[in-house]
Amino acid sequence: MRAVVGWLDDRLGLSANIKPLIEHPVPPTGWDYTIGSATLIAFTVQVVTGVALAFTYVPTPDHAYESLEFITRGAILGGIVRGIHFWGASAMVLLVCAHAAQVFLVGAFKYPREVNWLSGTLLLVFTFGMAFTGQLLRWNQDAYWAVVVGAAQAARAPLIGDWLTGILFAGQSVGGATLTRFYATHVFMIPAVIFGLLGVHLYLVIRHGVSDPPVPGVVVDPKTYKQRYEELVHKIGVPFWPDAGWKDVVFALAVGSIVLILALWLGPPELGNKADPTIVRAYPRPDWYFLWYFALLALMPVSIEDLFIIGFPLLIGLLFVLLPFIAPFGERSPRRRPWAVGIVAVFGVSVAALVNVGSNAPWSPDLGNLAVPEQVRQGLSPTAAQGAQVFEQRGCINCHTIAGVGGERGPELTRVGGRLTADELTWRILNGGRNMPAYGATLTPQETTALVEFLSTQK
Amino acid sequence: MPDEAEEDVVSRRRFLNRVSLALSGLAGAVVSVPIVAYLLSPLLQPPPEDWRDLGLVENFRMGETVEVAFDEPSSLPWAGQTARTAVWLRRTGERDFVAFGLNCTHLGCPVNWRAGAELFLCPCHGGVYYSDGTVAGGPPPRPLVRYSVRIIENDRVQVLTRPLTQTIAGAA
Repeated sequence: MRAVVGWLDDRLGLSANIKPLIEHPVPPTGWDYTIGSATLIAFTVQVVTGVALAFTYVPTPDHAYESLEFITRGAILGGIVRGIHFWGASAMVLLVCAHAAQVFLVGAFKYPREVNWLSGTLLLVFTFGMAFTGQLLRWNQDAYWAVVVGAAQAARAPLIGDWLTGILFAGQSVGGATLTRFYATHVFMIPAVIFGLLGVHLYLVIRHGVSDPPVPGVVVDPKTYKQRYEELVHKIGVPFWPDAGWKDVVFALAVGSIVLILALWLGPPELGNKADPTIVRAYPRPDWYFLWYFALLALMPVSIEDLFIIGFPLLIGLLFVLLPFIAPFGERSPRRRPWAVGIVAVFGVSVAALVNVGSNAPWSPDLGNLAVPEQVRQGLSPTAAQGAQVFEQRGCINCHTIAGVGGERGPELTRVGGRLTADELTWRILNGGRNMPAYGATLTPQETTALVEFLSTQK
Repeated sequence: MPDEAEEDVVSRRRFLNRVSLALSGLAGAVVSVPIVAYLLSPLLQPPPEDWRDLGLVENFRMGETVEVAFDEPSSLPWAGQTARTAVWLRRTGERDFVAFGLNCTHLGCPVNWRAGAELFLCPCHGGVYYSDGTVAGGPPPRPLVRYSVRIIENDRVQVLTRPLTQTIAGAA
């Protein structure tokens, strides 16, 4: 046995070449240094579950949805595999963002680790690329409309807009060629690129060493940094494995356990309705990791929208690329970099708030069949009662709430009678407003009178 | 003399280096041509256009807007449901019809016709359009896209297909 191990060790060069790598000395680091390795583990989980799903999934529009139904309900424990893949994706997106934030906060992107940061930036971009292409493979209504909405954004690009849309659709319309493109992109192209970038990223971690935890007042100076780092590692460094690596294992196990629990407990996301371009009764929503952007696109002033749709992703990308060159030296400690802390805080809070508002989407009309609640109807005069009917039938209720029922697109009208006079109400209904359609051509004079009378009673 | 020999070796190395790299690059470029052309082929073909039958004139009531589905002309045999597409068709007169694209001109989501309100509502970002397709509210920058409609012999209503790239961009 010993002889076999010795033979393998000699031929593979494990003790000679690999052992020094995994035991390379690192400065003593805290738990925040384990996020990157957990991201790597999350990616590994995605690869394994993804390959498993690909054994069954059929990447054509006429059967993709059915094959996923089969995976979820027909195959033994298939729902769990899909669940792990879904929650693992969420974990990977969260972890890659947390890793970027942590590296930014401790200034680990500074000299000499600029290219670590740049390769990480690309990994972040491609992780979102995986998230976007992955949700499309469900080929349900959300997926179909996500392709359309994505392409509609690409179409805003000057000069190359049409061309980009054509690339996303793989043609002039979403059809037989579209899904296979996203499939090949999701399972072959982006993963191959991620593997390559991970190689670069990890190689650079070895080349420049794990960054030393920042100390306020200790600044990065290219003239002295490398020497100081060598001395530090020599003096207080520990072998990465197992002295630092055990923390990575514990954290990755914790993340993995949460993913597994969520997969068992909540399972994979419901498939919803199958993709069908002719069924317009749809509320297309992206997965949570794009909800913040979905919300931004709704809340954006229309006048700057074209610029925003193209400019915002480019600007974020540019800032990421320029960061290590804007601030290559100086303080690393977050205690001395209030701007860095502020940026992360503002960004985190904004994204959380946008995800939250995006999941409610109050700017969308409620397209259900809604009715004015009974307590509002009680005691109305015949004309006002007719007005309540107009309120339902003419779609007012789809955008305006009265007594808790209705859309949130327009102002709530529960107390509008106390706010506006009958004349003001009439004027607004007939002429419309900023986002309110003019009903002058739609309502009969009698309907208008009834509607105004009904609204005037709402005090 | 030794200097010259060394120079000789260097230039020989440089030659081998350059030739090897150039040959590899050339091989890569040659292989890329068919791959890139194959991948871009859906873009290089002009979108097919075709007249599609929507039914008899008498099937549509005056002043009503209804969704009518038909086959998308560019679809492949395995396209499934995505081989279908649709328009909002409005009969505006005895022999007059208007057809609107389903896609909101903001970001392409499917607009819903609300007969009572006589409005098209978009479920994504709250775009609203009047019955003639003009914008009534929300973020859409342009009216709904119109399709060409004709009535042929035997009173059949037909619509000229448009690719999705045009309807989502709000092309005229």
